[in-house]
Amino acid sequence: MEFNTKKLPASVGKWGMILTAVGAIMAGAAFAVDSHRAMFGYLWMYMFLVSIGVGSLALVALEYLVGANWSTPFRRVSEFLSAIVVLLAVLVIPLFFGMHDLFHWTHADVVAADPILKGKEPYLNTPFFIARTGIMILIWIIFYLLFTKNSRKQDITKDPALTAQNVKYSAAFAILFILTISFAAIDWMMSLEPHWFSTMFGVYYFAGTLVAAISIAAYISVGLNEGGYFGFKVDYEKYYSFGTLMFAFNVFWTYIGFSQYMLIWYADIPEETFWIMNRMEGTWIYFSLGLIFIHFIIPFLILLPRSSKTNPNLVMFMAMWLIYAHAYDLYWIIMPTYFKDGFVFSWNELGFFILAFGIIALVFNYMASKFNIVPVGDPKLERGLHFHLN
Amino acid sequence: MIKKIQNFFKEFNSREDDEKRSGKIYAVTSLFDTPNEIMNASTEVADKGYKRFDTFTPYPVHGLDQAMGITNPLVGPIAFVGGILGCFLALLMIWWMSDANYPNIIGGKPFFALPAAIPITFEGTVLLTGIATVVGMLVLLNKLPKINNPLNDTEFMKHVSSDKFGIVIGANDKNFSETEVRDLFQSLGGHSIQNVYYRESNLTDKTPLFDSKFIMTLIAVAGLTALVSYFTLNYVLYEVVPFDWMRHQAKINSQSPSDFFPDKAGMRTPVEGTVARGFMPYEYKGLPDSAVRLLANPLPASKNILERGQDRYNIFCSPCHGYFGEGDGRMNDQFPKPPSLHNNKVLNWMDGNIYHVLTNGQNVMPSYESQISRDDRWAIVHYVRALQRSKNAKDQDLPK
Repeated sequence: MEFNTKKLPASVGKWGMILTAVGAIMAGAAFAVDSHRAMFGYLWMYMFLVSIGVGSLALVALEYLVGANWSTPFRRVSEFLSAIVVLLAVLVIPLFFGMHDLFHWTHADVVAADPILKGKEPYLNTPFFIARTGIMILIWIIFYLLFTKNSRKQDITKDPALTAQNVKYSAAFAILFILTISFAAIDWMMSLEPHWFSTMFGVYYFAGTLVAAISIAAYISVGLNEGGYFGFKVDYEKYYSFGTLMFAFNVFWTYIGFSQYMLIWYADIPEETFWIMNRMEGTWIYFSLGLIFIHFIIPFLILLPRSSKTNPNLVMFMAMWLIYAHAYDLYWIIMPTYFKDGFVFSWNELGFFILAFGIIALVFNYMASKFNIVPVGDPKLERGLHFHLN
Repeated sequence: MIKKIQNFFKEFNSREDDEKRSGKIYAVTSLFDTPNEIMNASTEVADKGYKRFDTFTPYPVHGLDQAMGITNPLVGPIAFVGGILGCFLALLMIWWMSDANYPNIIGGKPFFALPAAIPITFEGTVLLTGIATVVGMLVLLNKLPKINNPLNDTEFMKHVSSDKFGIVIGANDKNFSETEVRDLFQSLGGHSIQNVYYRESNLTDKTPLFDSKFIMTLIAVAGLTALVSYFTLNYVLYEVVPFDWMRHQAKINSQSPSDFFPDKAGMRTPVEGTVARGFMPYEYKGLPDSAVRLLANPLPASKNILERGQDRYNIFCSPCHGYFGEGDGRMNDQFPKPPSLHNNKVLNWMDGNIYHVLTNGQNVMPSYESQISRDDRWAIVHYVRALQRSKNAKDQDLPK
């Protein structure tokens, strides 16, 4: 099958450059003004990129694993975005230098005076932390290379055996993804408050990454399909699948988020409640209530009817909405450790937010210019193009 | 045996529609051989402006609903309304049970706490959404149950449920004309074009829901279910946990032993320096009544309190003191007669004195501290005061 794919418009690369430049300047200024505060902003950006990159990789694995046809024409979008995991290995280096600012379990004097932190020291210590981070990123990069290598090879050889091989990798990655993303959540975000623990926190972040990954895949896929960049045009039913998955993952996130809250609320044990209390004090209470509306009630009501899941403009709008909602969620997780009394919006954090989108745009633009935007050799592609829901 | 069953179904399937058909036309039907033909035919029929038509296929054919021009069915909105209703009904139920009707302190939480109500709200929403979807589609939109649709037992129905595809255009369509519809089917390549007529019973019967046989069957089934449930729960499963009406509970009854404590006693004394919930230590215990002159009634003399006081008084006090406090109770001959509550001594008592006698006892009257709660004792004091006032009413006590 031949596809006359169009080149991405130059504006994607241009905007990627502008956002990256503006974001980098603002982030640099934030570090110059208040490096302690800027580290939290940097961690926020980093976790957002982890969500997009690793979440996209998980979506690729998910498609192989369940043998989904409908998403095969759009799989390259998630593959391109998962290239972010390679960047994560570079972007993590400033985090290691900022560990003293971020995690107070790295302060030897604090740990010595605190019997609880003393007890957690076998896990929460700097060398082991760096080793875990290294292993996690290594696993992500290895699987990124495995999936994309086979996928690109298939463009030329059209060998169905490569799909079968990727299915096997996917089975392994499904387990490793859940483990690594849980460790990422616990190490990088839960250990900001080393006294706090929640057995649901790993799942909570896992649910959030899937919301972000499916939303950005939906945004780009629908946008490119409407613009005719794929060289084929699929009907509205694919948008329905994107809308349904966005809706489903979002409800799953709500389910996990509420379960975590309800267990803490019911048990009412001080070592668990203080994390929630921190988010209910000062202006944080409005931020927390906002999270319920922005991340659940409004998207739930808008995405509920069938008609809104088949409307390309609305699907794109809600996809962008949910990407922002995930960033909002991460801000809610990370920032209360720094701003104890209430949230503060200012350019210090905005720079990192802009930088994250600049990096995503640049990575996608680079990958789209180098590789096929449609997996032309995939045996499922033909079925995917003629996919029908009913 | 198997042969017999097979033969029964064979006969059942091949039996002729024995009911007489009337002359009134219900619909015109046509059969098609391939899915492509039926897709094309459905599109054409929809384009011609027919609304009351339906397509039958022996297996699901993708895209048929679009070809038939079915857009945005009402099931979605109906399900949504059901969901909203379920959400609010569940919240109302939780509020009613845990706050209004049977308030119980659980884990120090408010009686009605939203986080605890959310799981039930979710279940209620899902339940009513499901019911609304099924009822909305089958009853409201498809107008079921309809046990004797004129299409049943026709050749058309036998084919479209096994090897052919078919279209029905109803005579109740406003564009319907028998010749035009037949010509249309002919031009689309349909065959076995047939008229389906109403059964005579279709024209006379109102609806099977109000058929006396149907209602009698329902009543019989309901009665049988109730009987079986009653005997199963009350006799068959009477000794089986958890159907034993909660007669066996994993709790320590009063006066029963327990291996948990070293002294093997199930009943415990309160921990030193603590007070059980709802109990207030009485500091004038055993003292003469002069010590409690300053003890004031903490309750207001409201209608509720007075009614509660009357209720408790009639239960605990009236056997000796009589319903009106005159000492002529029902225990008159078996127990020493108490003095009237309307003598000068009691009339001049402070509220605290009456409360003290109730709590501490006096002469042959025992203490009622363990039978009547503190608030109820104060309510009785109010009621006794009301009794006294009614027996010594002044002019200004009369309603104007």
